[in-house]
Amino acid sequence: MHNMILSNTEEVPGRRIVEFYGVATGSTVRAKHFGRDFMASLKNIVGGELKGYTELLQEARQEATERMVQQAHSMGANAVVNVRYSTSSVAQGAAELFAYGTAVKVE
Amino acid sequence: MDAFINLGITLLLLVTAYFTGTHLERRHFDAIRRREEALLRLPAITIRRLPPGTQVMAASLVSGNVVVSLDYFKRFLAGLRAIVGGRIKAYEPLLDRARREAMLRMRERAQAAGYDMVINVRLETSRLANTDGGRRTAGVEILAFGTALKTAGAGQDTPHS
Repeated sequence: MHNMILSNTEEVPGRRIVEFYGVATGSTVRAKHFGRDFMASLKNIVGGELKGYTELLQEARQEATERMVQQAHSMGANAVVNVRYSTSSVAQGAAELFAYGTAVKVE
Repeated sequence: MDAFINLGITLLLLVTAYFTGTHLERRHFDAIRRREEALLRLPAITIRRLPPGTQVMAASLVSGNVVVSLDYFKRFLAGLRAIVGGRIKAYEPLLDRARREAMLRMRERAQAAGYDMVINVRLETSRLANTDGGRRTAGVEILAFGTALKTAGAGQDTPHS
């Protein structure tokens, strides 16, 4: 992963933005894994955390973020500010994890 | 005969779910309280701007997530409640502990990376659809994220501890 500063505030705290490059985005669509699904349905009886899904979504979000960083890097940015995440179910059992933000250059 | 077996299985599931679910929930809440106390020195705030005069050394995005589901017994209760409407108490502690857990994970990651506060914290809730195409949800995901900061002078106010 490139050395990129990410923040969900409008600027990188403590740094000054010198250039704006535009919106950088990254996304990934994931389907649930059968094994995890089976474990999750067992876990559904006693309730609580479904660890398989927690990890699945965390990994997917990580990948979406990396793609966003990749794009910001190719724009020449060294930071992405105002990062937002969104999750949407695109089909039965599949979800899109989307990350976007503004690619900028900070001092 | 089949009906009796089905009823028996349902009852068994309800009883198992009630006891394990309640036990796990209590244990989780205990753990949450303990970890929240341990993190008292790492504030997480929803405010975007810093207190004036704060000198920031480093900033980074941090997040924490958790997927939770109701136990069989509580889902059964919730299903009954949905007939007459009103407040579904079974869901409230579940979402409460999920949000606190997600926040804790975010703050613990910030702490592990050497940051001392998190600003502009956002919490998002999304429902995971089930693969079987039914109305039932596979779970609810809570995501907490914010900007972690390393500030100058942090930790200097406790030289004796």
